[in-house]
Amino acid sequence: MKQTTFLKKIRESQLFWPLVAWALILLFNAIVAPGFFKLGIIEDPVYGKRLYGNLVDIFNNGAPLMLVAIGMTLVIATGGVDLSVGAVIAISAAMGAVLINPALGNQLITNDILTRNATNTPLPIIILADLAAGTLCGLWNGLLVSRAKIQPMVATLILMVAGRGIAQLITNGQIMTIYYTPYFWFGNGYILGLPVSIYIVTAVLLLAWLLVRKTAIGLFIESVGINTKSTYYSGINEKNVKLLAYTFCGFCGAIAGLILSSYVHSADGNNNGLNYELDAILSVVMGGTLMTGGRFSLLASVIGAVVIWTFTVTVYSLGVPANALLAAKAVLVLLVILLYSDYSRRLTNRLFERRGSQHDRAN
Amino acid sequence: MNNPNNIVEMVGITKSFPGVVALEDVDFSLRKGEIHALVGENGAGKSTLIKILTGVEQPDRGTIALDGKFVHVRSPQHSQELGISTVYQEVNLCTNISVAENIMLGREPHRFGSIHWKKMNEMAQHAIDRLNIDVDVTKPLGNYSIAIQQMVAIARALEVLSAKVLILDEPTSSLDIQETNLLFDVMRRLKSEGIGIIFITHFLDQVYQIADRITVLRNGKLVGSYEASALPRFELVAKMLGRSLVELDAMAKEKSQEEGGENKQPLVEAKALGLTGTLKPVDLQINASEVLGIAGLLGSGRTEMVSLIYGVTTPDTGSLVVDGKEVTKFSPLESLKRGVALCPEDRKAEGVVGDLTVRENIILALQARYGWFKFISPQKQNEIANKYIQMLGIVTPSPEQLVKNLSGGNQQKVILARWLATNPKVLILDEPTRGIDVGAKTEIQKLVIQLAEEGKSCMFISSELDEVMRVSDRIAVLRDRSKVAEYANDVDEKTLIQAMAGEV
Repeated sequence: MKQTTFLKKIRESQLFWPLVAWALILLFNAIVAPGFFKLGIIEDPVYGKRLYGNLVDIFNNGAPLMLVAIGMTLVIATGGVDLSVGAVIAISAAMGAVLINPALGNQLITNDILTRNATNTPLPIIILADLAAGTLCGLWNGLLVSRAKIQPMVATLILMVAGRGIAQLITNGQIMTIYYTPYFWFGNGYILGLPVSIYIVTAVLLLAWLLVRKTAIGLFIESVGINTKSTYYSGINEKNVKLLAYTFCGFCGAIAGLILSSYVHSADGNNNGLNYELDAILSVVMGGTLMTGGRFSLLASVIGAVVIWTFTVTVYSLGVPANALLAAKAVLVLLVILLYSDYSRRLTNRLFERRGSQHDRAN
Repeated sequence: MNNPNNIVEMVGITKSFPGVVALEDVDFSLRKGEIHALVGENGAGKSTLIKILTGVEQPDRGTIALDGKFVHVRSPQHSQELGISTVYQEVNLCTNISVAENIMLGREPHRFGSIHWKKMNEMAQHAIDRLNIDVDVTKPLGNYSIAIQQMVAIARALEVLSAKVLILDEPTSSLDIQETNLLFDVMRRLKSEGIGIIFITHFLDQVYQIADRITVLRNGKLVGSYEASALPRFELVAKMLGRSLVELDAMAKEKSQEEGGENKQPLVEAKALGLTGTLKPVDLQINASEVLGIAGLLGSGRTEMVSLIYGVTTPDTGSLVVDGKEVTKFSPLESLKRGVALCPEDRKAEGVVGDLTVRENIILALQARYGWFKFISPQKQNEIANKYIQMLGIVTPSPEQLVKNLSGGNQQKVILARWLATNPKVLILDEPTRGIDVGAKTEIQKLVIQLAEEGKSCMFISSELDEVMRVSDRIAVLRDRSKVAEYANDVDEKTLIQAMAGEV
């Protein structure tokens, strides 16, 4: 009996289904492409010995999505949604590129500017400006939603559209290539053989977790998402709770933009972080947070992002052309939605419980 | 066991939900031409029993027989086909279409491919006539009172769905005395036609006024079924509560001892407080150790007044002084900091946060007062939750149960605990006892008196006059969005009713 309640506890954990989904995809790879799990160590000219392999790539390339999923979780938990994170990534990336060398946007690149270690702005300032830009975007969304009372989807749609324009204004309409080596560290660097981005994701996840679970903020966010009016009557400033969630989401988008532009060595207002908002929403949904708000799990959302990225890498490694990726992803979305539907939940519950009761009888 | 007079025969019904056994081996029978009252405290299992009979829930064990035949009620629709109809407290009809359309919805007579309006109105009128009430079936349903709307629902149940069993779930909660009597007339007429009626109510007066038999449930178990004439009222209450009569007597005495003026010091003082279009300027004073009762009909402005005092809305005239300080910032949070708490009227929309646990619901307002970063530690949270679960006798398997899984009365207690946990100086209770059982009601009344003894002050709003009169030191009467009178607690009921109705 005790064992069945323990199993039930596991099954009811928000981490259960995303982990199951991940395990299924990994299992698929283990059967179809055994080479998928190959890990090795190579000597990197800049960063020394480092781990390489598909799994490392999943975490390295998936880092921006994981970051955005963390922010998106809080927004969705308040009962909202942030469609602008992709655009925020582009703004943050453009900001970084332009500060490294503003001249790049306006003039033809001359050889003397093309120095690998030259920048017009010190690196700490670049980082701060990146983060400030993204956070400001989040603040803007938050103000629209909490103070102007615009529906979240509409409010963030504004920046989703305008944001890419802003990013292009910053880069003067150009795709800016970045030539500043220290900046590449965020997306390509390694610490103790593991990608820097993994450390960043872990740090942000930890920070967010401390912020929501070691203060009352998590409780307030969930309460707002479940019943805004009751929450207000309880003396909670629900506007500020929402404002915080959107601002934090913008902050996460900024870090994602930093890593992404660092990884691809460029800032492209049109394509940086394209469709990230949708992948982030899918990650959160896969993590078991309801779109209507309420209970959330940050870790579950991050695992959701890992699942999506693992799926992407798997599809590529099967030789599916890049332009068919979206179609394949649609299948994933469909499966997830079916898996999470009330119907299949009831089905699995019944399955587990029947087995449980048979055990009881046998005992 | 198989009495041919029984239309409904439920035997050994058992149903459990996560963590709670809602019904355990309950038997229930309904005879033809009988009004059968189903009573019990909150969480007794009344609604679950009805849900099983109407196919909303499936029993874990037990059988249901209709007219001597065993049936398996698959869904609410199936139960209607079997001749079981339910009329709820909140009427679920469409107020913007005509009475006739509401009655005939889905069964409209057709001619030449379109609705035969004349015939439809005739059929609807026939259904209404059966209840002997005066209604123009061509008028929109919204033109009529809730009572008439309920009767339209009954007419629909009888005529269109040809019900043999009628379930009335708290039908009188929002009706006044005349309307209730009108409903009772209809019920008696249906009874003489041989229809079996299950009547669920919290008003014991009404039980004795109309019911033939009474079935009492407590904590999901059957206490017994009795002929109404053979069960004295006091005994019924005792059975519902599962308590001794001595205890109830003691409680009544306790109240009569508490009285007499102590040091009166105004804690809250409102001068010409008002909000255009919502509340006309009101003068009001609440002293320490005092219970101020607020009497008034629905829509008289009582909820609006306390919303201003609690800062849910900001007044545009007058001033409010709390504890000697003039109030400038109006918001629930500022009010909590001032030591003013409001337990709102609408439990579902303004009170509970359903998907949070009992513990989280209880500490919510206290945590709000502490702010974002002064987090109450998990141990402390459990301590507070357990304290109030014990103090208020909240029935829950654990503090970690989601509030939405509790019964209505227990939810109310959880919300009450939320405000008590903030340790307010002034506690405003807006209809704290609505829709909850006798036991919980008296407990809440006792609590209010106790708080006043501790030097706190309470504002107590209730639609039930005797309740207001029992707990209050003074009673303010509101009518048409303004305060019309104020009385000491020796006022008689008649004077109060006259003031509420505007016949002074």
